[in-house]
Amino acid sequence: MKRLLILSGKGGTGKTTIAGAFVRLLKAQGYADCDVDAPNLHLILKPQSTVKAKPYFGLSKAKIDIDKCVECNLCRQHCRFDAISIDSSGNYLVDPLSCEGCAVCCYVCPAQAIGLEKSVDGKLELYNDGMSVFSTAQLKMGSGTSGMLVSEVKKQLQPFEQDIEIAIIDGSPGIGCPVIASISGVNMVLIVAEPSLSGLNDMKRIIATAQKFFTPIGVVINRHDVNSTISKMIEKYCREQNLSLLGKIPFDRQVIHAVNAGQTIVDIDCPAGNEVSKVFEATIELFNSL
Amino acid sequence: MKIAVLSGKGGTGKTFVAVNLAAVSFRSTYLDCDVEEPNGHLFFKSSISYSEEVKVKIPYAISSLCDGSRKCVEFCQYNALAYVQEKLIVFEDVCHSCGGCVLVCPNGAIREKDKVIGVIQEGQSNDVRVISGFLNPGEASGIPIIKNILQKILLEDEKVFIDCPPGSSCIVMESIKNADFCLIIAEPTIFGVHNLAMVHELVSVFKKPFAVVLNKCSDEDNPAKTYCLNQKIRIIAEIPYSEEIGNTCSNGLILVRELPKYRPMFQNILAEIEKGNYK
Amino acid sequence: MKILIPVDNSSLNGDVSMSFGRTPYFLVYDLETNESKFVLNEAANSQGGAGIKAAQYIVDLGANILITPRLGENAAEIILAAGIKIKKAHALSAENNIQAFVKNELSDLIDIHAGFHGHH
Repeated sequence: MKRLLILSGKGGTGKTTIAGAFVRLLKAQGYADCDVDAPNLHLILKPQSTVKAKPYFGLSKAKIDIDKCVECNLCRQHCRFDAISIDSSGNYLVDPLSCEGCAVCCYVCPAQAIGLEKSVDGKLELYNDGMSVFSTAQLKMGSGTSGMLVSEVKKQLQPFEQDIEIAIIDGSPGIGCPVIASISGVNMVLIVAEPSLSGLNDMKRIIATAQKFFTPIGVVINRHDVNSTISKMIEKYCREQNLSLLGKIPFDRQVIHAVNAGQTIVDIDCPAGNEVSKVFEATIELFNSL
Repeated sequence: MKIAVLSGKGGTGKTFVAVNLAAVSFRSTYLDCDVEEPNGHLFFKSSISYSEEVKVKIPYAISSLCDGSRKCVEFCQYNALAYVQEKLIVFEDVCHSCGGCVLVCPNGAIREKDKVIGVIQEGQSNDVRVISGFLNPGEASGIPIIKNILQKILLEDEKVFIDCPPGSSCIVMESIKNADFCLIIAEPTIFGVHNLAMVHELVSVFKKPFAVVLNKCSDEDNPAKTYCLNQKIRIIAEIPYSEEIGNTCSNGLILVRELPKYRPMFQNILAEIEKGNYK
Repeated sequence: MKILIPVDNSSLNGDVSMSFGRTPYFLVYDLETNESKFVLNEAANSQGGAGIKAAQYIVDLGANILITPRLGENAAEIILAAGIKIKKAHALSAENNIQAFVKNELSDLIDIHAGFHGHH
């Protein structure tokens, strides 16, 4: 099984819109939504089969037994995550959203009043209709451990490796942990760039991140005609960095209609969809040549 | 007043709104907490008056003091340590800098060194104090940078605009923790609504007064507006989709400074926030 | 000489596990005595850093050779530091892999992937 990951750096450039189109064009046997914080792929690739869901346990969280607590304050002094506070009744409390489950408080407590408890940080879902497998997840709001959940989403595809030629993975914005976790082990990253100053800047940072992992990179410029000056700057940057520019998709009002109707842009006949088909061909050609 | 600008979905216009609100305010502070992909500085173009590296602590062992008890390896909840051929191996990218290994070592053999994960820069753009955080590519978490940025809020800062990262995970939570008000920016797509619901939950759990600004609006159906109406969420502005606005922003220009006719739009948003009476 | 192989179940003709860090069992095969024993992999339940913990475990078990289909770079760092040789497993049973090893048919594992990152 080979994996194509779609990233952007900046949010809102069109990752999910393009990922959805690719899944349709490829007739992908396996695909995943690794934007576990804000998964959207299922909204345009509506999975029809029943779902296998399971809870995702992130980091354990500390819990203070106030009956045993002697209020020595050692836990609060040692906690590096500001996760322990005192409520109005004088009880020591752990804030589960700040707690990182390091167990230092458990260790320093002279009364053994603190223990670690498993905590549900989200849920994993797997759809399998016999023709394709779709792995996705939803992180609980406020949670950390998104990187681990991303890894779990990818692992859900592993048992089906033999049946999946190329898996399409929709990534998340940013350059931090969940993005790094999604890059691990993929064969190629397709970066969706937006022609704005912010978009250009953010694209450079995600490219720098992907380059640290020596992953082959391709770039596509979405809505390129919205700012042709910056679009050309992106093209120039790709040439300088020796990155494949796989296409330029025009701004197209019909995209939002397709998305809001829960369809991919290749389910309707539109300029953006037609261009995405060409980008798809170029991407697969590059992908297979790696 | 500390106003956090967040969105759930990326690309809805957080930075656009936060930057312009700061620019129309009389003396304000703009904090860019989207440390993975900070953009505010591109608009303000302030010269940097102050720069500071942000570091986290990473353990290492002093081999002459280490007797191979491996208490550190056993203790670490993240499995960031291994002991092989009488040497301690530390996996920096897995370590949470909790300091636990230092505490449990019976011989005091573990010390900590600093690892730079990013930088904070401060500057001035007219009467806006601009503070931006930059996470180094390859680093996993910008939380220590966000914490550091928020500490730079001064008592005398009357208006502070906190530009948050997209999503609703721990980095967003960290950014809104001390905010007095949360301004949620929503776009008219079903993608946007799904994520709007998540940040709605986040600000509600944190009991923050909040309201929504709908961005990129047109005459067509607006799923985000429908959501807000159904949930009885206060919509304090509807910014139209406009090529003029889009072009100005895509070229890295501050709308209210380039085209003063847009100043009232943002002044109204501020006035609505200051009115109060939000749940 | 001890050969370690991550396996899905505790039987010699069971499948080699696709995951090193979260394999349910390790087969410990002694080439000299031809004895095999199956040990539970406690790293499988780790919240994070499972590969690191599993690698520490097989180092402590005295492994000389590891036969696995894949390995993360953090686990690999530990295993290489311990001087353990890493061979790429065939997609067959544990027993088949041992036989292939003895006949020198297994190649070194060279595509080590960047860590799965188990935190934050």
